[in-house]
Amino acid sequence: MEISYYPGCTLKEDAKNLENTTLPLLELFNIQAKELENWYCCGVSFSQSSDNLMQQLAPIRTLIKAKESGRKRLLTLCDMCYNTLKRSALFLLNDEEKREIINDFMDREETIIKGDEIEIVHILSLLKEIGTEKIKEKIVKNANGLKVATYYGCMTLRPKEIAIDNSDNPQIMDDILKAVGCESISFPFRNECCTSYQIVNEPDIVKSQTRKIVNSAIKNGAEAIILSCPLCHYNIDAVQKEIKEEDESFTTLPVLYFTQLLSLMMGIDPSLNDFSLHHINPKPLLKEKKLI
Amino acid sequence: MKKIGVFVCHCGINIASMVDIPAVVVELKNYPGVAHIEDYKYMCSQPGQDLIKKRIKEKELDGVVIAACSPNLHEETFRKASKSAGINPYMCEIANIREQCSWVHTDKKIATQKAIKIIRSIIEKTKYDEELKPIEIPITKKALVIGGGIAGIQTALNIANSGFKVILVEKSPSIGGKMAQLSETFPTLDCSQCILTPKMVEVAQHKKIQLMTYSEVEDVSGFVGNFKVKIKKKASYVDFDKCTGCGICTEKCPSKTPSEFNEQLGKRKAIYTPFPQAVPNKPVIDKDNCIYFKTGKCKICEKVCPFDAIDFQQKEEIVTLEVGTITVATGYDLYEKANMEEYGGGKIKDVIDGLTFERMLSASGSTDGEIVRPSNGETPKEVVFIKCVGSRDPENHYPYCSKICCMYSAKHAMLYKHRVPDGQAYIFYMDVRTAGKGYEEFYQRVAEEDKVIYLRGKVSKLYSEDGKVVVNGVDTLSGENIEINADLVVLATAIRPSVGIEKLVNILKIQMDKNGFLTEAHPKLRPVESLSAGIFLAGCAQAPKDIPDTVTQASAAASMVSTIFSRKKLYHDPLTAGVDEDLCSGCNICVGVCPYDARELNSEKGVVEVNEGLCEGCGACSSACPSGAAQQNNFTDNQLNRMIRTILS
Repeated sequence: MEISYYPGCTLKEDAKNLENTTLPLLELFNIQAKELENWYCCGVSFSQSSDNLMQQLAPIRTLIKAKESGRKRLLTLCDMCYNTLKRSALFLLNDEEKREIINDFMDREETIIKGDEIEIVHILSLLKEIGTEKIKEKIVKNANGLKVATYYGCMTLRPKEIAIDNSDNPQIMDDILKAVGCESISFPFRNECCTSYQIVNEPDIVKSQTRKIVNSAIKNGAEAIILSCPLCHYNIDAVQKEIKEEDESFTTLPVLYFTQLLSLMMGIDPSLNDFSLHHINPKPLLKEKKLI
Repeated sequence: MKKIGVFVCHCGINIASMVDIPAVVVELKNYPGVAHIEDYKYMCSQPGQDLIKKRIKEKELDGVVIAACSPNLHEETFRKASKSAGINPYMCEIANIREQCSWVHTDKKIATQKAIKIIRSIIEKTKYDEELKPIEIPITKKALVIGGGIAGIQTALNIANSGFKVILVEKSPSIGGKMAQLSETFPTLDCSQCILTPKMVEVAQHKKIQLMTYSEVEDVSGFVGNFKVKIKKKASYVDFDKCTGCGICTEKCPSKTPSEFNEQLGKRKAIYTPFPQAVPNKPVIDKDNCIYFKTGKCKICEKVCPFDAIDFQQKEEIVTLEVGTITVATGYDLYEKANMEEYGGGKIKDVIDGLTFERMLSASGSTDGEIVRPSNGETPKEVVFIKCVGSRDPENHYPYCSKICCMYSAKHAMLYKHRVPDGQAYIFYMDVRTAGKGYEEFYQRVAEEDKVIYLRGKVSKLYSEDGKVVVNGVDTLSGENIEINADLVVLATAIRPSVGIEKLVNILKIQMDKNGFLTEAHPKLRPVESLSAGIFLAGCAQAPKDIPDTVTQASAAASMVSTIFSRKKLYHDPLTAGVDEDLCSGCNICVGVCPYDARELNSEKGVVEVNEGLCEGCGACSSACPSGAAQQNNFTDNQLNRMIRTILS
């Protein structure tokens, strides 16, 4: 099966390991992710802009490229890209008048877009479709009872119209990880905001939130935090290191993309993980669990 | 040709300011069929009515057209006036030139032209109106009340005290409903059981009331005055004629299960009465939890019963009854905590709902009135009450206000402070709504004298940590995030219509709104009637309400029932749709579209027949009938065609 694939900026830099572990994993299920040509930023960083039509252009141009690819579905790995693209598609679909203004404005694009042509699919939803039974079949390494705190953040859960799961009690990542033998601990902050772009101007807010999230995960017995969003990863992983530098008594937890964990368990080349991108080194834990 | 009189009303300036009435009069004066036309400032006033009567006699009119407000308002007034002047009331028609003309237009010229067209079309209709007589219907003077909570009890007692027979049906083993579970009632703090149980006993002893507990309505047919009802009496496995309610069976029964009446806080036996003051005070066997029914062995209750009242062979029974009216008083259930994932989804032991807290507060509850943490039995020192849980949340839960939570949460916090004076109570609220006699004063007392902390904001999350329930909320007045490590959290979960109301709504063929509350015939002027004649509403089945409002509505419903029973016969509006047997092909289309089940195919004759008592004259069959056989009285195809042609000309 072929599916259009939109990587987004982070996946080519800080979150290379998310892409590098996901694509071979999909190959195991005979899914070829076809990267869109000449793609650019999904538009999330413009979403604070007060001109609400201009901010839509980047994601809409991506939707047009996806439509022109001839494939119905567009895969995203990044939660932020998923949220931006899906909301823009809905915006177009629900506001005919603004849709016309936007289509009139984009004079270089030859394709007119309505909003319902392309289904934007997050990697977690795609794995849910594949099903836990088939995922289990591909497992070659045991997780040895690894205790994980699944962390969803908000971008795949809110607003309700685009949520991939129940926003107050998401289970989609837990279901997969439990099926492959991890122990998913209960942990109240799993759907809390990571504080997002506050990292730019208000790092103290991020620090206090990361502290709260990590402390609670440890208290509930987690050995690692598992997530899917590159921004959450940065705020929880890199910021932990900063907290540790200021406060020696702070206990850290490794933070992994769920595809990193799955790909290790499926015997995919461990070097694709590029552990140098991690600020809290996950290797000791992975060695202990005999995953590397 | 009929001589028709046209009477144009100014309605003060309501019509006259937007419709040029003298122009209307001049325009219609010579319209074919108009024998007289006249205008007056207030046609509905006594002088106005006298004027119509006088002209009917004087000009020997055959029909009248009143150009005035909506027929909903004064059609009956003018028909009565016409009748007293000697013409058939159905020869009086209303041309609505207020709601459908003067009120909705801003251009006087256009409005005047429209008024003329409206009046002309009604003149055309009146020309072909036939003289009709109301349909006479006999009445079975026996009332059915469904639901034995305070609403059903009050309705039944009032009807019975007016001298009419009542059948009160309750699905659980005892009457009393939710009110029997409450501790003390706001704002006067009288003990709920103390004021309710005398009424329950009165029901049991009333000669005019037949009490059917552990029973459910299975089927209803017929119409006002003449309903036929099938009631299922569930098997109780106890012969109530022999049982004296001594209680030995319950005492000896070895099977225990969580008590519904105590909201799972305590246990009850498999053979049980829900609570000691139950009416009737006779036990039933809960088959699902009975050891004999599960394993074939036990029968201890049978052995110890001194009166040989246990009957394991008993079967459920269907009883058919005839009644004249039905009152639906099926009450409410609380929205399940499991729906509130952000508040633990019902999995945190020390997060309970309001009714559970009532059972804790009640002297007859499983804790004997002591407030404890369900997790460990200790006295809670920090208690958080959260209001609007599932209410006023159109995006995720119910959009409406559950109405009673502001008051009962205030009461809960007050009673908590009285029993645990060194404890602290917090109430998270969106608004404090205290409309009711003595309610605001009660709330002020709670906030000021009992030092309950009111925090204006929502709680975003509850989770358990280190044996406490962590409450993450916000105080929107100070702008601060609030975190409280609570010992106990009480959720004021939304009031929703009784579980299973949809089934009853289908059986009764009445309407409910999108939330499942029963729809009243008019939100202001007919608040206790359903849209089906003879079916009335009382209590929380219609909308969330407190005890005083429930009792008021129940009394009103009873009064409506008594009004019907006080007549010798019922009269039904004759604007029904019949069947022209020569034209009817028996295709059955009208039977399918009739919302009142008034039409039925007579397969022998091959034509459809109409039960005029059920027909509400909605016209659905007339428009669906492919052969024109279903003509509605005074709304015939001929009349409607002429009206349309007149308006379009």
